[in-house]
Amino acid sequence: MLNIQNLHAKIGNKEILKGLNLNVNAGEVHAIMGPNGSGKSTLANVLAGRNGYDVTKGIVEYEDKNLLELAPEERAWAGLFLAFQYPVEIPGVNNVYLLKAAVNAVRKYRGETELDAVEFLGLIKEKMKIVKMKDDLLNRSVNEGFSGGEKKRNEIFQMSVLEPKLAILDETDSGLDIDALKIVSEGVNSLRNEERSIILVTHYQRLLDYIKPDHVHVLSNGKIIKSGGPELALELEEKGYDWIKEKAA
Amino acid sequence: MNDNIQNYVSDFERLKNDDWFAESRYTALKLFKESGFPNSKLENWKYTDVRPIKRKSFSNVSEVTVSVSAEEVNAIRFDDLDCIEIVFINGMFSKEHSSLSALDKGIVVENMLDALANDKDLLTKHLTKYANDNVSPFIALNTAFIKNGTFINVAPNTLIEKPINILYLSKESNGALAIHPRNLIVMGENSEATIIESYIGLDNANYFTNSVTEVTLSPSANLKHYKIQQESLNAYHIGNLNVMQGKDSKLESHSISLGGALVRNDIHGQLAAEGAEIIMNGLYMTGNKQHVDNHTRIDHLKPRTLSTENYRGVLNGKSRAVFNGKVIVHKDAQKIEAHQHNANLLLSDDAEIDTKPELEIYADDVKCTHGATVGQLDQNMLFYLRSRAIDEETARSLLTYAFADELISNISFAPIRNRLERLVIGQLPDAALIREFTNE
Ligand SMILES: Nc1ncnc2c1ncn2[C@@H]1O[C@H](COP(=O)(O)OP(=O)(O)OP(=O)(O)O)[C@@H](O)[C@H]1O
Ligand SMILES: [Mg+2]
Repeated sequence: MLNIQNLHAKIGNKEILKGLNLNVNAGEVHAIMGPNGSGKSTLANVLAGRNGYDVTKGIVEYEDKNLLELAPEERAWAGLFLAFQYPVEIPGVNNVYLLKAAVNAVRKYRGETELDAVEFLGLIKEKMKIVKMKDDLLNRSVNEGFSGGEKKRNEIFQMSVLEPKLAILDETDSGLDIDALKIVSEGVNSLRNEERSIILVTHYQRLLDYIKPDHVHVLSNGKIIKSGGPELALELEEKGYDWIKEKAA
Repeated sequence: MNDNIQNYVSDFERLKNDDWFAESRYTALKLFKESGFPNSKLENWKYTDVRPIKRKSFSNVSEVTVSVSAEEVNAIRFDDLDCIEIVFINGMFSKEHSSLSALDKGIVVENMLDALANDKDLLTKHLTKYANDNVSPFIALNTAFIKNGTFINVAPNTLIEKPINILYLSKESNGALAIHPRNLIVMGENSEATIIESYIGLDNANYFTNSVTEVTLSPSANLKHYKIQQESLNAYHIGNLNVMQGKDSKLESHSISLGGALVRNDIHGQLAAEGAEIIMNGLYMTGNKQHVDNHTRIDHLKPRTLSTENYRGVLNGKSRAVFNGKVIVHKDAQKIEAHQHNANLLLSDDAEIDTKPELEIYADDVKCTHGATVGQLDQNMLFYLRSRAIDEETARSLLTYAFADELISNISFAPIRNRLERLVIGQLPDAALIREFTNE
């Protein structure tokens, strides 16, 4: 599904990703943990196609495509979804209209017929239940005036409507209360199947109690320095990062 | 250079000028002759060069009468709005296209020529009293040609529910036409009305509109005034709106500027009694080589007056816009509130904006804020939309629309809001896509 080899990326003159390797197969859930500033969001942004990053080396294959050649919208059409660490507020752009346009853009790309208003409403009613999304949030401008937790929940709502093939969740659990964390986790779990892959960026092992990862990686200083199973997250929780960093150095 | 002034003088001489207002016209013409067109050495005209208007010989006298079909007028009417309509074609009152019969009690809507004949007392009292010929040569020029235009009088304690739509329609005729519409709106005590002034160019006609609107609000009067400027892209438009406000009166001015090659809007509000409030909203969208200048001035003359001003601009191509907002808080005008904001979105590297707030405050117990921003489309928003499968062009249009709509969505009157939203969408590169997005 996703194959990253020796990825190097810079912002300006600053190298942030320094030879990152990661292979994600269809149906797998990978957790990426790591110290602040280690490059987790940078990786997510590079994968989603944000401007301003200079990829100097390495390859990223997504399905049979060279991901780095695609525009951000083309990546979305091809089934990639990024739940942002800091979802942006967009005054004047309605949440539902955006979602409908997004769904139809993807359907169009796949050669499916576009949904009309009624069909679309039917679709989102379902999904709203899963993430317990409030009606009034739906008709507001995208994320405008949403609380931190509401923004995160909106990201997961969008994800569940768009049903991506590869979802990257950048600290979706940060800032969620305990109930919301459960709801969001259920939303993610309901999407899990053998064709869909998920990358969870998180600082907290708690999330992994709800969403069991197949693999856990530690990203430090622009590289994956250790990989393991779910037990690695528990070990990190207990010991922090220093012991791995020392080993890697 | 004086030749073109001579042009207007000969026009003047060819027109009949023998009614009671003749002397005023003559004096105004003299004033214009002496001052000539403003040049950019004047502070007030620093960023707007009117030489293109000056150089071209426009004439107020048309040799032919152009006719406009009912379809052409219908196409620009508010289809979902029942309104009182007064229509002018190339500056001339068109009885045929107007709908002025069966007006409610308490309201007069008539062509200025008829008003000069029928309402001498009211005109003597109000006409030329709020727009000052000495302030701008264009006002003087307009006064010299007062004939066609709209006179509206709303009686005290009258609520006019139907909006009044004043339509100035211009079409190519032989030669370049100068039109000088003069409007006077007199709102009686505790009266209420909605008035729309539309300036619309039908083809790529080359003409010069030089309009002046005077408004007076008696105590507790309430007027919503919309100006929609959609002149042809070859037209020149100079428009003045001058308002005098009495105690507890309220004016909402919405000025939407979309057309014109060279445009200058001047709005001047005078809050002349306690409790008067003015809201000034404006939206300008420019492209190609358009030049659009909005100058506003608000005088807080008395205590406890309130002004809120919000102007937004979207600039594309090699266009240039100017915003100059002057707020003067006069001595002893205590406990006033004045808020002003101007936001600009530059969509191209070649577009240019000059924005300048000017606050002069001579009282001490006041609450004033002002701010101006100039920016491009937000990269984070753009990326967010694209990451949600929206292609780049649509994302750009959508954000542009959202920027402009922040102004329009505040318009409380739905038919006008919808019309304006459609007009604004029509200005965007991906009109069809945006329409799809918003018309659910
Ligand atoms: N636009 C930028 N300009 C310069 N440096 C940047 C920019 N964006 C990110 N960085 C730097 O890149 C490094 C990696 O940032 P990134 O956001 O990827 O970290 P992260 O692992 O997601 O951290 P966190 O856990 O705090 O979210 C940091 O040192 C950060 O300061
Ligand atoms: Mg991060």
